[in-house]
Amino acid sequence: MENRTHISVQDLNVHFRSEHVLKDINLSIPDRKITAIIGPSGCGKTTLLRSFNRLIDSTEGVRVSGRVLVDDENILDPKAEVTHIRKKMGLLLQKPYPLPMSIYDNVAYGPRIHGIRERRRLDEIVERFLKKASLWDEVRERLSQPASALSLGQQQRLCLARGLAVEPAIILGDEPTSALDPQSSQRIEATFTELKRDYTIVIVTHILRQARRLADHVIFLYLGELVEQGPAWDFFNNPKQPMTREYIKGLIS
Amino acid sequence: MDRRFAEERLFKGLMILATVLIISSLVLILLTVLLKGLPYMSLDMVTKTPQGGYYLGKGGGILNAILGSLYLAGGATLLAILFGLPVALYMNVFSRPGARFVGACRFSFDVLNGVPSIVFGAFGFTIMIFFAMRASLLGGIIAIALLILPMMVRSIDEVLRLVPHELLEASYALGATRWETALKVVVRQALPGILTAVLIAFGRGIGDAAAVIFTAGFTDSIPGSLLRPVATLPLAIFFQLGVPIPEVQGRAYASALILTILILIISLAARLLARRLTRHVVK
Amino acid sequence: MRFLRVTLVPRRVKDLLAGKVMLLLTVLAALLVLVMIIGLYLKSKPVLDSHSLSELLFSTKWRPFRGQFGFLPFIMGTLWVTGVAIVIAVPLCLLTAIYLSEYAHSRVREWVKPLIDILAGIPSVVFGVWGMLVVVPFIKDVVAPSFKVFSTGYSVLAGGIVLAIMIFPVIIHVSLEVLRAVPGEVREASLALGATRWQTVKRVVLRKALPGVAAAIVLGISRAFGETMAVLMVVGNVPKVPRSVLDPAYPLPALIANNYGEMLSVPLFDSALMLAALILLLVILLFNIVSRSILLRVERSIR
Ligand SMILES: Nc1ncnc2c1ncn2[C@@H]1O[C@H](COP(=O)(O)OP(=O)(O)O)[C@@H](O)[C@H]1O
Ligand SMILES: [Mg+2]
Repeated sequence: MENRTHISVQDLNVHFRSEHVLKDINLSIPDRKITAIIGPSGCGKTTLLRSFNRLIDSTEGVRVSGRVLVDDENILDPKAEVTHIRKKMGLLLQKPYPLPMSIYDNVAYGPRIHGIRERRRLDEIVERFLKKASLWDEVRERLSQPASALSLGQQQRLCLARGLAVEPAIILGDEPTSALDPQSSQRIEATFTELKRDYTIVIVTHILRQARRLADHVIFLYLGELVEQGPAWDFFNNPKQPMTREYIKGLIS
Repeated sequence: MDRRFAEERLFKGLMILATVLIISSLVLILLTVLLKGLPYMSLDMVTKTPQGGYYLGKGGGILNAILGSLYLAGGATLLAILFGLPVALYMNVFSRPGARFVGACRFSFDVLNGVPSIVFGAFGFTIMIFFAMRASLLGGIIAIALLILPMMVRSIDEVLRLVPHELLEASYALGATRWETALKVVVRQALPGILTAVLIAFGRGIGDAAAVIFTAGFTDSIPGSLLRPVATLPLAIFFQLGVPIPEVQGRAYASALILTILILIISLAARLLARRLTRHVVK
Repeated sequence: MRFLRVTLVPRRVKDLLAGKVMLLLTVLAALLVLVMIIGLYLKSKPVLDSHSLSELLFSTKWRPFRGQFGFLPFIMGTLWVTGVAIVIAVPLCLLTAIYLSEYAHSRVREWVKPLIDILAGIPSVVFGVWGMLVVVPFIKDVVAPSFKVFSTGYSVLAGGIVLAIMIFPVIIHVSLEVLRAVPGEVREASLALGATRWQTVKRVVLRKALPGVAAAIVLGISRAFGETMAVLMVVGNVPKVPRSVLDPAYPLPALIANNYGEMLSVPLFDSALMLAALILLLVILLFNIVSRSILLRVERSIR
């Protein structure tokens, strides 16, 4: 099981109209580890993450080529079924976007869509994943209240619970703590460390310290190109590329 | 130097005058209708249909027209939602982002929105001739539905455009299809705005006369079937005004007052509902 | 679980089906204009086949019972009434829009806007009633005597005044939006050079906003062109080309609305009325296409 590859990207190229945003990306993301994608803003981190679950399809004027293998299936294959791909991956955005419904319904939304109707099973799922996202104790008394009434940090954990409830194997996070206060960020990070026992986690971050704290594996992008990737310890303590060295020292941003 | 400030003051004065004039025209219209209509208001007006000799000044009311207008505008609004909501959802959820086609549709609806109601009436009439239909509630519903469709589509469209794209993505990321996302997330988020749009369209449907003149006909009884003619408030006002008997004309003013109050209530309801239903809306 | 199999689960089928149906509805709805043009054209074909277009458009002889359908009096009636309405409405609306956009406190703006929305929502019959009760007597008893002429009050002027009020909301709404879209830096640059507010408005803001304001006016014109009931109730409906604003007139929409009863009993009459509707539709489409194109360009230049 150790170091099995969960997502592997081969010759990925992404264009927005005439702009070449990701150039010949080849990389692999290990199973049940936290992988951090780092790099200065605008270098294509979000784009890379969104090509993992094909949300990139819904962008205006986009062209994608190459292969993204998840469990040895090419999800970029035009014949692939996107809703199943997406069900395999939970997504956290920079800002939490709760759905316009109650806390309970937010978590139950995914399971309901995928065919679970019985109230008892839904109750049980809602409780289990709210606990996993360490939100249960704060909201157990007010499950029927609108999700938008929660604090930002709570909303982000709700979004995590909502994503976990469709039982994905992978969690994708696009700077998931950047809109949160330090304490909420810490809680999310702690939750991630717990979750990596069962899930493959990929987070985009531009905070180097966060990458150092969390990551087992690091991917460094610069201007749409992959500069370096590798185990976190090697990456931070023994970088191979001069560019990586400068970035870690904070000379490029 | 002095001239510049004189000009400034002159134009500022003119602007305030113009604004006051425009607002007072509204006040003047509402006041006229209220003062002229109030003396002829009675319970009979809103609870009875025209009795024998009503148009000669004898007893009765215009319940036929009030109910007729409500049925007609209600039916038309339902029909317009049935077609308009899917169209607006298509333009915002289903279509490829930034598609030319959507821009062309928006343009088409904007242009269609400028087409006067008399033309919709005439067109509705040609449809009815084509299907050998007679002036009826159904005919009126079709004409009014066509009339309010473009404004309904465009105003719902504007509301849906404001739904953050991330919200749709959050739903897609859970494996939802576009259809599920449209129904369960987009409509829910935009519900207050959609209802406002619907109510405004309903108000326009109630107030319109030119589109129903050919298509709905007129009758003194309360409509019992879709295929029977139906009275509408605007036409009731129009016909009563044409009768040179003071009592009947007075009732026309009272009818105008009823119509105006109805419209004001609807627009007030639109505002209040929009504020009420924001419980689940995500900012 | 394999992704590659395009599994036709019911929810996916539902999604595909819904997409197709909605696309169909969208296309149909967007093509409604064309369908209307075709429908009205087919109905007006008989009168177009038996009369020359120049006779229909430029003859003043309107005798349906003898088969003579000269639309000139009605076309002129529409032009007169619309002209008067525009002359009254444009200055008032522009001054108001400029005031609300450039001078008024935002609280005043938030108060005035809903009032204008209410004005926009008042049914045209109610405008007609008001016109008969207030405008017509005013013209008969005050305006006409002061020019030493007789008028019943049912006149181009009455129609123009009522119409002007009816198109206030469109013109104000659109020009306000256009004015608000002029970026603040433009104003500040001019004010910083020591220009007064009005000079800034006149020389800079209005110049920038000119195309959009023109579009607003064109939209107002097209609204006035097609308005039926209110005008019909106050213009007198005499099928003669008016010579002054105190003469009665008979605009095209009124012609259509007034004759729906008889039109089926006189040969070609219904066809002639549908032609009138077609003419209205085409003219208004032209106006709307022009102004919407301008507004689209304005919107793009801002983004
Ligand atoms: N929707 C879009 N349309 C056009 N260009 C885009 C879009 N999204 C991102 N880009 C471009 O792609 C590049 C990479 O963006 P992104 O992946 O968001 O970077 P990061 O997440 O690293 O900040 C940027 O140069 C950006 O301008
Ligand atoms: Mg990003």
